[in-house]
Amino acid sequence: MAAESIDISNAMLTEPTALGDWMLVAPVGLPILFGAVLLMVRHETRLHAGIAIAGLLLTLGANAALLLQVLADGPKVMTMGRWLPPFGISFTADALGASLALVATLVASVCALYAMKDIGATGRRYGFYPFLMLLMAGVGGSFLTGDIFNLYVWFEVFLISSFGLLILGSTDRQLDGATKYAILNLVGTTLFLTATAYLYGTFGTLNMADIARKADAMRETGPLMTLAVLYLLAFGMKAAAFPVNFWLPASYHTPRIVTAALFGGVLTKVGVYALLRVLVMLFPVERAELSGVIAWVAAGTMVLGIMGAIAQSDIRRVLGFVVISGVGVMLAGLALGTEIGLTGTILYAFHSVLAMTALYLLAGVIKELGGSYSLHELGGLYRAYPAMGAFALVLMLAVAGLPPASGLWPKVLLVRASLEAGWPWLSFAILLTGLLTTIALGRVYILAIWRNGPSGVPADAATGAPGYGYASMALLCVPIILLGIYPEPFIRVAEAAAVGLLDASGYIGAVFPAEAVQ
Amino acid sequence: MRTLIFRTVAPYLTSLMILFSIFVLLRGHNEPGGGFIGGLIAASAFAIYGIACGVSPVRRALYFHPMAISGFGLLVSAISGWLSLAFKVPFMTGLWTKVSVLGVPVDLSTVLFFDIGVYLVVLGSITSVALALEEREHG
Repeated sequence: MAAESIDISNAMLTEPTALGDWMLVAPVGLPILFGAVLLMVRHETRLHAGIAIAGLLLTLGANAALLLQVLADGPKVMTMGRWLPPFGISFTADALGASLALVATLVASVCALYAMKDIGATGRRYGFYPFLMLLMAGVGGSFLTGDIFNLYVWFEVFLISSFGLLILGSTDRQLDGATKYAILNLVGTTLFLTATAYLYGTFGTLNMADIARKADAMRETGPLMTLAVLYLLAFGMKAAAFPVNFWLPASYHTPRIVTAALFGGVLTKVGVYALLRVLVMLFPVERAELSGVIAWVAAGTMVLGIMGAIAQSDIRRVLGFVVISGVGVMLAGLALGTEIGLTGTILYAFHSVLAMTALYLLAGVIKELGGSYSLHELGGLYRAYPAMGAFALVLMLAVAGLPPASGLWPKVLLVRASLEAGWPWLSFAILLTGLLTTIALGRVYILAIWRNGPSGVPADAATGAPGYGYASMALLCVPIILLGIYPEPFIRVAEAAAVGLLDASGYIGAVFPAEAVQ
Repeated sequence: MRTLIFRTVAPYLTSLMILFSIFVLLRGHNEPGGGFIGGLIAASAFAIYGIACGVSPVRRALYFHPMAISGFGLLVSAISGWLSLAFKVPFMTGLWTKVSVLGVPVDLSTVLFFDIGVYLVVLGSITSVALALEEREHG
């Protein structure tokens, strides 16, 4: 009984954990719980959609509560197993992580709804919904963890789930796409792991707040520049930045459309988030050194990406390239590194998650109604389905960055930031990308929807309205239009996130309360 | 591989290996061993049984689908983390209690249940892969 007399307060947390702190773990813990239940009832495919949607809605509620708490009181921390940081693994939610987790869970819920139509009993038996839940656990964990090795683990969790989702259906094309996706992503993951091992060897810690507070002292002696470049390359691959983005066009057009919607909306943004977290918060000086390189990468990604989109005739391939060009626009803010630039990047991330998912779902609806993804075969949809034409118009305006939808304000911020930073060519690239996006998507709109089809109106025009498709797009259009006409609350959140990244003292103070007092 | 000797020995070998895997699982708390390695041993036991006697006897013997076992393991692990909620300590804190089974004091902890969950996840997923591969071979 000698053990009981040891004072544990030097090693462990002793205050009781408040109930509200559990909101920090819920966005990861709930999807895992529901995913486990779904795995157990794998053959009861009728139950899957209900269980998954219930789980995602609970997660969504937890995410919303977490974001409100973080906005009110600053970053929140929970360290696993009561060990004091940096020894225990911390989950640290700031405005950036919490808001992105909320948006990602929102689109995942909508995708779960659309999947009720898109994924048949076979797909469910192969495990669509369990994979979806585990994917969201990985994504939520990536956004909320405060430990860089734990970030790697969550990347693996969602990567492995994404393999499962990619090959759902097991057609040759899917296996081909999945192989490229898997190999190139594993290269990125290996780089990430190498960089993390090197970082641990240098700092002796993996807790991000701990790294952030020690980075200044290490700058003279430590190989921080090498680390920053390694992370830039690793996360650049994950985010599909030029010139390491060739895995995305090779794979994103092959899976089921709802899977593509989720991937196109969420996964590249996790890479962008990791870039922001590591380069802006942990290695700000190195990021400033690299800003020229990042700016060229950003411009290359956005312009070449959208040029790829113009050259395609399969709607899904067009969208894959539009996703890439959006990543370029987000990297512009990373290159600038100013408060306005980062606010623009984060706001663009919100917009891109919502709008890209909605566009992919639109492609699914087009396929459902017109029977094809090919611009050569489609046509005449406007006359038969005017409501679908309206959704398409709103979503394409959103992605092109035209009012009244969500793409306008982040681009305004980014253009302003690059002009203020004295980089007019970067703002020119952003505006040129906007123009080319308008052309690329306008082409889709004209060919697939506006013109009379090669055979006039599709023969099966009598099929009823696609209920799930319209419902999912309508759900996503609400925040998209809200972001367009009343952007202030969104900008406030993005601004809080950007400020929290640039000045990490709040983040560090939340993890190490004793330091904050000094 | 379906020789008479192998087929005769396989059931005994399998039962011994599963017994040993549970021993390794329980031993793992303070000494080398644990859920992951225990699960691997159990999965190889089922794989051996499958090679010797075919896949369908293994599936019948397991009763539950391996992936369902894996899911149950994940659930056990996740719940053992969530138990902390009731004790006002952070997620995944090890919680201990002593119970007396037939006069013998036994330490029970959430750590143990987490490890049992890991054991089942590894057992389920590796068995699922192994049986799928063996099915391909014989079919």
